[in-house]
Amino acid sequence: MDYFKQDLSSLHDSLVNKEMSSEELTKATFAEIKARDLKISAFLAMNEEMAINQAKAVDATGIDANNVLAGIPIAVKDNIVTKDLTTTAASKMLENFNPIYDATVIEKMRQAQMVTIGKTNMDEFAMGGSTETSAFKTTKNPWDTTKVPGGSSGGSAAAVAAGEVVAALGSDTGGSIRQPASFNGVVGTKPTYGRVSRYGLIAFASSLDQIGPFTRGVKDNAAVLNAISGNDSHDSTSSAQAVPDFTAGLTGDIKGMKIALPKEYLGEGVDADVKEAIQKAVKTFEELGATVDEVSLPNSKYGVPVYYILASSEASSNLQRFDGIRYGFRAQDVKSLEDVYVRSRSEGFGDEVKRRIMLGTFSLSAGTYDVFFKKAAQVRTLICNDFRNVFNDYDLIIGPTAPNTAFNIGDKIEDPITMYMNDILTIPVNLAGLPGMSVPAGFSKGLPVGLQLIAKSFDEATMYRAGYAFEQATDFHKEVPTLGGQN
Amino acid sequence: MSISKEEVKHVSELAKLELSDTELDVFTSQLDDIIGMAEQLSEVDTTDVPVTTHITDVMNVMREDVAEKGMDRDLLFKNAPDSENGLIKVPAIIDESEEA
Amino acid sequence: MNFETTIGLEVHVEMKTKSKAFSPSKVDFGAEPNTNTNVIDWGYPGVLPTANKGAIEYGMRAALALNCEITKDNHFDRKNYFYPDNPKAYQITQSEEPIGRNGFLEIEVDGETKKIGIEEMHVEEDAGKNTHNPNGYSYVDLNRQGTPLIEIVSRPDIKTPEEAYTYLEKLRQVIQFTGVSDVKMEEGSMRIDVNISINPIGQPGYGTKTEMKNLNSFENVRKGLEFEEKRQMNVLMSGGIVQQETRRFDAPTGTTILMRVKEGASDYRYFPEPDIPPIHISDDWIQEVKDSIPEMPDKRRARYASELGLPEYDAEVLTQTKEMSDFFEETIQLKADPKLAANWLMGEVNAFMNTNKLNLQDTKLTPANLAGMINLITDETISSKIAKKVFQEIIKNGSEPKAWVESKGLVQLSDPAKLQPIIDGILDNNEQSIEDFKNGKDRAVGFLIGQIMKQTQGQANPNVVNQLLMASLKLR
Repeated sequence: MDYFKQDLSSLHDSLVNKEMSSEELTKATFAEIKARDLKISAFLAMNEEMAINQAKAVDATGIDANNVLAGIPIAVKDNIVTKDLTTTAASKMLENFNPIYDATVIEKMRQAQMVTIGKTNMDEFAMGGSTETSAFKTTKNPWDTTKVPGGSSGGSAAAVAAGEVVAALGSDTGGSIRQPASFNGVVGTKPTYGRVSRYGLIAFASSLDQIGPFTRGVKDNAAVLNAISGNDSHDSTSSAQAVPDFTAGLTGDIKGMKIALPKEYLGEGVDADVKEAIQKAVKTFEELGATVDEVSLPNSKYGVPVYYILASSEASSNLQRFDGIRYGFRAQDVKSLEDVYVRSRSEGFGDEVKRRIMLGTFSLSAGTYDVFFKKAAQVRTLICNDFRNVFNDYDLIIGPTAPNTAFNIGDKIEDPITMYMNDILTIPVNLAGLPGMSVPAGFSKGLPVGLQLIAKSFDEATMYRAGYAFEQATDFHKEVPTLGGQN
Repeated sequence: MSISKEEVKHVSELAKLELSDTELDVFTSQLDDIIGMAEQLSEVDTTDVPVTTHITDVMNVMREDVAEKGMDRDLLFKNAPDSENGLIKVPAIIDESEEA
Repeated sequence: MNFETTIGLEVHVEMKTKSKAFSPSKVDFGAEPNTNTNVIDWGYPGVLPTANKGAIEYGMRAALALNCEITKDNHFDRKNYFYPDNPKAYQITQSEEPIGRNGFLEIEVDGETKKIGIEEMHVEEDAGKNTHNPNGYSYVDLNRQGTPLIEIVSRPDIKTPEEAYTYLEKLRQVIQFTGVSDVKMEEGSMRIDVNISINPIGQPGYGTKTEMKNLNSFENVRKGLEFEEKRQMNVLMSGGIVQQETRRFDAPTGTTILMRVKEGASDYRYFPEPDIPPIHISDDWIQEVKDSIPEMPDKRRARYASELGLPEYDAEVLTQTKEMSDFFEETIQLKADPKLAANWLMGEVNAFMNTNKLNLQDTKLTPANLAGMINLITDETISSKIAKKVFQEIIKNGSEPKAWVESKGLVQLSDPAKLQPIIDGILDNNEQSIEDFKNGKDRAVGFLIGQIMKQTQGQANPNVVNQLLMASLKLR
């Protein structure tokens, strides 16, 4: 199976026309992953037995000609719980954790007859921007294996970019889908907060986390998001808004669309090549009949500190349940209850997770709450207002996804602040709960550059429409990496 | 504002994390940098600005008071490091002061 | 030196909702360990809470019954601390915005009404239960985890241990009448934390307070506070200072024992619970809940006296518990005479409950059966003597009184045609008594009635017997 030459509709046609069965597709996918993953290390676990059984079951019921997802294998980030399939969040804390229930998105994919093929590598508990904080392996960027795939959903992004799967799920708290999508030259979407149920997503920061899809093309991406969206009684923060067919408006026509380009998004710290790619994208949109105006998001520069305070505060609380008592890692030879807590947590968590727990604990402490947590939650309001003001006049905001392309493995891991600044362009979108997407928009020294599209709450349809028009007008998505080689 | 080694140690105790002396040094300096970065928020005027702690568009999401059967107990214990007779087992609790 | 005592009470009451506060597991006391639990109660990775509307409404109900203002914009908060019975290592509670504020309860102190302020009342979840075993291990049962609680915090208006006791009794009574909880101390559905300080009279502010946690009876609260009050006085009188500390009440010795000295407040790192969207309580909703609150004991008591003409004492006794009061009301709704119903409930029923150590609901007695029996008395189908037999039967075996009376042939004999031959026979055999009667010895009548009752096995209607006998004697 060469996924570089396939998309959902071509695979669907082969399945409907019985040129191959879902079982064959699933087996071929495993074969492909085994070969390609030697270089990429995108996967933490394979779901061979259950996946093949699931594919057989889909074959037995017959492929629904109206369901483009039926019988298609999909990879899942390892912080989404899968019943009977080890789910680690890339942490030693959950090394042998075997979930006893399925996340809502897994249920929904099963209803859509998709086949869960395996679990992908990530930064530990989704904390990081390079997938280097994984306790288990370092995933490589398929475009250059000396580079990081980004993170935290680096495994999912790399698996799609490397042609191991046609689609994968990730999660995005501060850019963890969009930034790796950008680094890997694929399409990655963070839906509106509340669009997709978080039930079964191992929580990092509850008021920011969203699950979303990676694919190589925009249309495929929209199709997968359709399948996983919708209100869920298990997630009280999931929205009751109707889910439109995101693939419906993909005509390539965006005439009259009003697009805003925040000047802060092309400011200091953004690489020249990245700026250039975005400026070219602006021209493309204008040629397509859209208008692009420069606007300002004055408070977005505070996004990084606001995010690190709020996300870490929530994380410090969310990760307290990992205490070595009911599940997960318990340190050996513990003598006292305090030992169970302190040693299990100290040995089970990696440095980045500890750093964020510490920052969050500090931010919530009695003496610091007002100047840290509360202040950040107030500035968050201002950031939300900035977006609201722009969206009073515009349909869409564009800018780069990340200030740079994929960096060297090992380059930033010792320097938290530099690593954190990498999220500067994606974080405000999470803080405001908006939908955001990264689509391929060019290359810089052989490495992909991503264009970020940001829409109003629950207006993913406009984002997909624009993303699709841009994709059809450009050829970047047709490029594929020569695995392991320098492009 | 900056953070001292003692504060970092106190925070680590609250978080039930044990830091070696080297780790304590590294964390203190890193947290100090991060807190320094966070300091720039103090320049923002947030007088009368409400907090945003929920970003969802929904309110009053409640479930009717209907009970469901408990889950299979063996299944719940599947991942438990230590248990006995349907109970979760932990080394003795000495201080009961935290009970709600 | 004279001191003024100030007492604060924090009371937790478990609600009797069907399901837990933030998970649909069953709320049920006494089930097999960990059987009423699910992944949410266990704090499994990825799970999310869902708020129980019933718990919110019970919270509103209790707050309204305690005369609180209802907070319109509510959100939950997380209270963070590690403990084996606290699976998420945070408790979902309300810290910033309690659902109720500025309430009060009125208690009777030395015949006067005193208002005890309620600072706030909030909704939160209970923890699981730890059992400590001497083998060096503790065992955790999460059945109780997530049971909805209300916490009621009093203002420093309580000045004596006796007032604290009275306040608790009143609080239990009011909560019970709201239907929010059965408030069973023995099942731990009400738990009390107290703090007490003393201050020289005239000196502004309060003294340093000591705390006692998890007291399990009102009596222990009173005794503990009495001991603490004296202990603190002795400390101050002997020139010492009271330390801020947590103490434990030791029931066998009636003393309090130091557990630990408080070093600053615990840092629970409260922050708004992001997994539960805010809850707005509208005026309409408040009205709806207000309308659903059962009548409170004070009102019932007044109504029993004014409308039913019961003595104050009876009205007071009948409204002690909701169980008794509801039973009484159901009984009189079935047309039983209120005074008779009150007498039976306060007399025989209470005696039976005390002797057998049973709650009313644990006996076989139903309002229908009690009313049925009372109605048999009022329509003279049975005598009050027979009624005692009937009562034992219906409270022990739950029999339907009318059917049982008939099947046992215990119906009162009131038919003169049947009674007259019996009376005649007795008179024929007791010439001496007739003589005595004629000589003005009234005792003879009592003897003859006794003979008639004996012969009819107590079933003869005493009024009818009396009339017939007097008439017959005059004829002899």
